Amino acid sequence: MNEGIYLDNNATTQVAPEVVAEMLPFFTEQYGNPSSMHQFGDRVGRAIKQARQQVQALLGAEQDSEIIFTSCGTESDSTAILSALKAQPERKEIITTVVEHPAVLALCEQLEKEGHIVHHLKVDKKGRLDINEYYRLLSDKVAIVSVMWANNETGTLFPVEEMAEMARSAGVLFHTDAVQAVGKLPINLKETSIDMLSLSGHKLHAPKGIGVLYLRRGVRYRPLLRGGHQERGRRAGTENSASIVALGKACEMAMAAMEYEKSSVKALRDHLEKGILSRIPHCFVTGDPGNRLPNTCNMAFEYVEGESILLMLNKLGIAASSGSACTSGSLEPSHVMRAMGIPYTAAHGSVRFSLSRYNSREEIDRVIEALPPILARLRKLSPYWQGDGPVAESEGAFAPTYA
Amino acid sequence: MWDYSEKVKDHFFNPRNAGAVAEANAIGEVGSLSCGDALRLTLKVDPTTETILEAGFQTFGCGSAIASSSALTEIVKGLRLDDALKVSNQDIADFLDGLPPEKMHCSVMGREALQAAVANFRGQEWKDDHAEGALICKCFAVDAVLIEETIRANGLRTVEEVANYTKAGGGCSACHEGIEEILVRVMADRGESFDPNAVAGEIKKPRTLLTSLQRVKRIEGLLEEIRPNLRRDRGDVELVEVEGKNIYLKMIGACSGCQMAATTLGGIQQHLVEGLGEFIRVLPAEELSRRTAMGG
Repeated sequence: MNEGIYLDNNATTQVAPEVVAEMLPFFTEQYGNPSSMHQFGDRVGRAIKQARQQVQALLGAEQDSEIIFTSCGTESDSTAILSALKAQPERKEIITTVVEHPAVLALCEQLEKEGHIVHHLKVDKKGRLDINEYYRLLSDKVAIVSVMWANNETGTLFPVEEMAEMARSAGVLFHTDAVQAVGKLPINLKETSIDMLSLSGHKLHAPKGIGVLYLRRGVRYRPLLRGGHQERGRRAGTENSASIVALGKACEMAMAAMEYEKSSVKALRDHLEKGILSRIPHCFVTGDPGNRLPNTCNMAFEYVEGESILLMLNKLGIAASSGSACTSGSLEPSHVMRAMGIPYTAAHGSVRFSLSRYNSREEIDRVIEALPPILARLRKLSPYWQGDGPVAESEGAFAPTYA
Repeated sequence: MWDYSEKVKDHFFNPRNAGAVAEANAIGEVGSLSCGDALRLTLKVDPTTETILEAGFQTFGCGSAIASSSALTEIVKGLRLDDALKVSNQDIADFLDGLPPEKMHCSVMGREALQAAVANFRGQEWKDDHAEGALICKCFAVDAVLIEETIRANGLRTVEEVANYTKAGGGCSACHEGIEEILVRVMADRGESFDPNAVAGEIKKPRTLLTSLQRVKRIEGLLEEIRPNLRRDRGDVELVEVEGKNIYLKMIGACSGCQMAATTLGGIQQHLVEGLGEFIRVLPAEELSRRTAMGG
């Protein structure tokens, strides 16, 4: 119980012990600057080269020089989008989706203020895109398409390979924010038309503060940070060598664990989901259950508020997250829930459980046992709940005078 | 993770007075599912003494919403209705050893439910027109709607002025970009453009020293200028006492008990400060009785 049960792996993951072991020497004896001529630098340089190849292998990239190390997923996203705009100043439009991560959405919002036109593809109630809408928007005015591979809240997958193909036919660059997908799904970039891809180390058991931008060879590119010659002049700044080495190791481990993710982690997730659905009334799975990440389960619990559920779970040592307004400090529930048209009765009570290969069956069973009393208790406090069910709409329903 | 006080956690995990009071004769319902928090307050009030005998709450909301509801019921139990109405959202927050700025609206909801319940008991209709926008200033919990309204009402031009009028941006300054964006938008509406180098308008220095009588007369005159605005909303204001820098006003009619009372007083204060050319503080008349009761 002291250890806690961590089901918030889409937020961040524990650094794998093997990864920690791999990176530690780079804080102590391997402190050289990889750019230096001497042996101190040379050893670090070689380690970074190896890490680059490990990342290349996981992504299925054609060349190791297509891997650019950055500080995080957000930096990779910004670099990709801003590069496409700078390299093609005559193209003023961007295509993205309404459910992107803020790393893309907030940047696009700013670009809109600066005069760019941003098209936000809508989603249906299962979080799926309308490919026809996308097809109609592709034109020679579009500088870049940026569409996430997997949604962080629901785990829903977008058909990015197909969309990249369509973008290429239209002569438009294609970027995907794949921070949730890398390590959980097999990826083979050399077989796709994806031009740029962002990944984040801490989502796959590497530390925070390290990311990658995959940049297909030949894609016109303008750096975000200029200064040094690091990363072949495409991302200046002394390399974060310990974290780069860590990310390389984490990618190698993710590659080895891919089958396990697809089968065992998925089975655990399904077990959790079935357990909850069979024990708790008035809840449902959000997103597209047939087409999503193997580790993610987003449940909407009606008539209760998500943060309250999280606080109760936290008291029992169980960590999850919520798309409720109150967890973010905003007044609106998550933009992903709203985009899918999840009713407010449920959107405020959405809870995301995201697993990793470090979770056990026993932990999942404990969560399944813990949830029903929490929901019962909070519903008992709720003015929308009476006895065993929601207050009937017709008589004596709770209807405050203002909204 | 929110920085909740131990008291907030205690009232969340062990809520007091949860559930509806049987034979309640005062019920206040505020909020909605779409807002993400809603509260039904049920009170049992002694009709002769108007004392709250029992209080119960039912809340849909986050941890601090439930804790605020629980705190509210604890505070008002045993109070007479008139005294209960004086409970401010700050009192609720204080009772809980404070709330994070993003969560202050939870305590506002508690206060509103109380007002609604009292109105229900007295056979009155309680209306609320408060709108909340995105939280801009986290240091002082000021939202976009308040900032925008204040800029419009006072023709503000600089971030510094916004901070002087609303406190927003007066702390860590991280929200200055957000305040500038609102300034740009509102100023564009009135055909001006925002100038980051503009100097904040200075409050005029007192021209001559006034006698107390002249000063009171001038305060009356300044209030007279504001009255038409208040009357338009079927409210009014009465000057009760002037004690040095403290000016006590009584809100009358629709202004009394209005959710916007604090904002209105803030606006009046600004008007008086500018008109008198000195810094004064406008306080509700109830403060005067409280101060007197406490012996100063």
